[in-house]
Amino acid sequence: MTVSYEDAVVDKPTVEEPGERGSRRDRLTALAQQHGALVALVVIAAIASLSFDSFATGGNIENMAVSSAFLAVVALGMTFVIITGGIDLSVGSVFVLGGVLAAWGSRYGTVVALLLPLAVCGLIGLINGLLIARSRLAPFIVTLAAMLAARGIMLSITDEGAQTYLVDKKSFFADLGQGKLLGIGVPVWITAVLFITGAVVLRRSRFGQHVYAVGGNEDAAALMGAPVARTKTLVYTLSGLLAGFAGALNAAWLASGVTILGFGMELDAIAAVVIGGTLLSGGLGFVSGSLVGVLLLKVIQNVINQIGSLDSAYQQVVSGAFLVVVVIAQTWLGRRRQVL
Amino acid sequence: MTAPAEVLAVRGLTKRFPGVLALDSVDFTARAGEVHALVGENGAGKSTLIKVLTGVYHPDEGDLTYRGEPAAFATPLAAQAAGISTIYQEVNLIPLMSVARNLFMDREPKNRLGLIDFRRMHTEATRILRDYGVGVDVRRPLRDLGVGAQQMVALARAVSVDARVVIMDEPTSSLEPREVQTLFGVIRRLREQGIAVVYVSHRMEELYAICDAVTVLRDGRLVHTGPLADTDRLTLVSLMLGRELGEVRAEGMTKFTGDHETGTEPVLRAEHLTRRHELHDISLTIRPGEVVGLGGLLGSGRTETAKAIAGALPLGSGKVTVAGAPVRTGSTPAAIRAGISLLPEDRKSEGIVPGLSVRENIALAALPQMSRFGLVSEAAIDKVVETFMKRLQIKASGPHQKVGELSGGNQQKVLLARWLAMQPKVLLLDEPTRGIDVGAKAEVQKLIDELAEDGLGVLLISSDVEELIEGSDRVVVLRDGAVVGELTGDDVTEDRLLQAIAAAAEEAADTTEAVTP
Repeated sequence: MTVSYEDAVVDKPTVEEPGERGSRRDRLTALAQQHGALVALVVIAAIASLSFDSFATGGNIENMAVSSAFLAVVALGMTFVIITGGIDLSVGSVFVLGGVLAAWGSRYGTVVALLLPLAVCGLIGLINGLLIARSRLAPFIVTLAAMLAARGIMLSITDEGAQTYLVDKKSFFADLGQGKLLGIGVPVWITAVLFITGAVVLRRSRFGQHVYAVGGNEDAAALMGAPVARTKTLVYTLSGLLAGFAGALNAAWLASGVTILGFGMELDAIAAVVIGGTLLSGGLGFVSGSLVGVLLLKVIQNVINQIGSLDSAYQQVVSGAFLVVVVIAQTWLGRRRQVL
Repeated sequence: MTAPAEVLAVRGLTKRFPGVLALDSVDFTARAGEVHALVGENGAGKSTLIKVLTGVYHPDEGDLTYRGEPAAFATPLAAQAAGISTIYQEVNLIPLMSVARNLFMDREPKNRLGLIDFRRMHTEATRILRDYGVGVDVRRPLRDLGVGAQQMVALARAVSVDARVVIMDEPTSSLEPREVQTLFGVIRRLREQGIAVVYVSHRMEELYAICDAVTVLRDGRLVHTGPLADTDRLTLVSLMLGRELGEVRAEGMTKFTGDHETGTEPVLRAEHLTRRHELHDISLTIRPGEVVGLGGLLGSGRTETAKAIAGALPLGSGKVTVAGAPVRTGSTPAAIRAGISLLPEDRKSEGIVPGLSVRENIALAALPQMSRFGLVSEAAIDKVVETFMKRLQIKASGPHQKVGELSGGNQQKVLLARWLAMQPKVLLLDEPTRGIDVGAKAEVQKLIDELAEDGLGVLLISSDVEELIEGSDRVVVLRDGAVVGELTGDDVTEDRLLQAIAAAAEEAADTTEAVTP
């Protein structure tokens, strides 16, 4: 007998629009995920400008903006990597290497000062990407190895870090770091352009769709025809390029290839990206959030410096606490969405 | 009528895996405008065949012809680009991405700057999905949709890539009856458009409802191919199983023997189980040796009821007693100690640990019971494992084979063994035969029967009406998380069950004779 449930069903719509109550709560959840960091940034900045006269001054803001720029560029690449569900631990070392290479190269002109770090750091990223995408090694291990390798290369060209290459302050390259355009530092402009480009690429290009798809469900992405390996290779290459470029900019700003600043930057970058609402598990994220995350870290640092009596080491404690709160909130929001 | 044109054909296809001959010189032909059923037990080679057709595997021997020309697909991408689309049993889309993005991935409409044109994508997506009975906001993340609607999106995606061949691998396993009808509508439309459809399903009535031709595989070999109309249901089953027709007929379609001797005092008594939005005052009893079926449509609260009894779902209020003794609700350890075992619906995510061996999987839950002062005797485990592997006829190379390497049916048996090792008084079975092949299904059904005869109280949840009716002594019908009827004795028939569900679905106020509240 072929009686089935079909015969027993009385008319009802095939697919229900989720309940109004549910969808509104859902939307709030999504908003919190996207803009939670922005709200925190505005609140903390508002409190700080009321509490400290020196906070909301042009000089202080300018200083915060420029010093954020380098971490922001690194975080931009990291955003792409994390959305694919990966991680790039090498960016801190690559950043330093990029700075040293740029400073060294600056004696041969701006072109060399820019292209040399881009080529080397891009190559490191490419190798990371190939090992992760083609050889299917764990990103954590591959980029950890790259972090050590990049540090080793840097040490070998600086006599174990004893040699500091200087950038001629009158060169065009130095202007890239120290110059101003309409009263705003050039690095800030460059960062803004990179973020706008990054946002457009991520949201509006096919490559961007692949980045989300790979992080959202790699197997499904492959079955849907997305080039998984190529996408992964590209994001690590991009991350290496951006970290190296940020290092070069930093060298231009400081007028020297500093061999110590920047180690451990990968953790700040990851923190900024996660605080900005990108899921560490991949598949969801926004470059704008990462920018907000970077600014939030910098503002917290600045506020602690303003307090003065507080040891600046506490900045890391506060940043760490913030990260924990964000990750807990993400898990909670995530669970909430699943329940609905 | 002229014979429809061949679109995709393989001849003498052979595919070997280490130690296994997965496909042995198989021929298969998909024709334009024809819905071709591909059937066989799990392990018969259906999946391997599909994977060869879609470029996932490469054949060791044999020729593939596509649209009249020899072809070889290096990757799934190449097969897709050529016009062969596949939708899989599990929805293979990106849950966090919007519905529209999922639908248009890699085919997004672009504006003059080469950027994705979201407005056009959204209107297009909305228009396309309306044809599939999906009327949601396409900007929402895919995961906000029900599984059925997600499957429809996957289907829409598969079809809209200008497909010549659409391969569907158990597309209805997560669909509600209504959605199945929508799916059939889409399939009919595809047939009219001259697209070749390959349809894989374990559900007989679906095959006969929609398919034109059938190919039966068994143990990697082609055993039958031809028009479906020429093959009746019993013949088809006997072809799949390799059993004689008479044997199948004598034993019936399912392996249940029917009524059991039941005790008088209920072994399980669940009273007034209530959970906000999910369960409303559900009461039921199970006597020793009795199989109580839980009927109702998808989402009627069957799984939730079983989970609530097993302590896996916190309750607002309600009471569960086993053999007269109250059990703390909302605690699985308490329920297990009391003798309640639940075989969950989703064995992948809630049941087996694929990386562990058969032995470890069986011993997992029973470890505390088998241990003395926190130490477990290896010999004791070996004995239990051996007993159950033999009794349940678990087909594995040995107790140390990884469970992930077994077929679905054998995985289910391992799970069953795990819970039987606990020596339960009550066994809750949520879809125990879903997704396992016909042969294993019969074995599991027979096992349920035997367990009841041994005096276990069994709660059986199944979307397979036939299985529910033939397997149960009594059926409790649920709707929207409440008990709306109960079938006993001679009333336990498919007709009565469908009536009860239909009556329940009409409106709660309208209680008919078929429903005895």
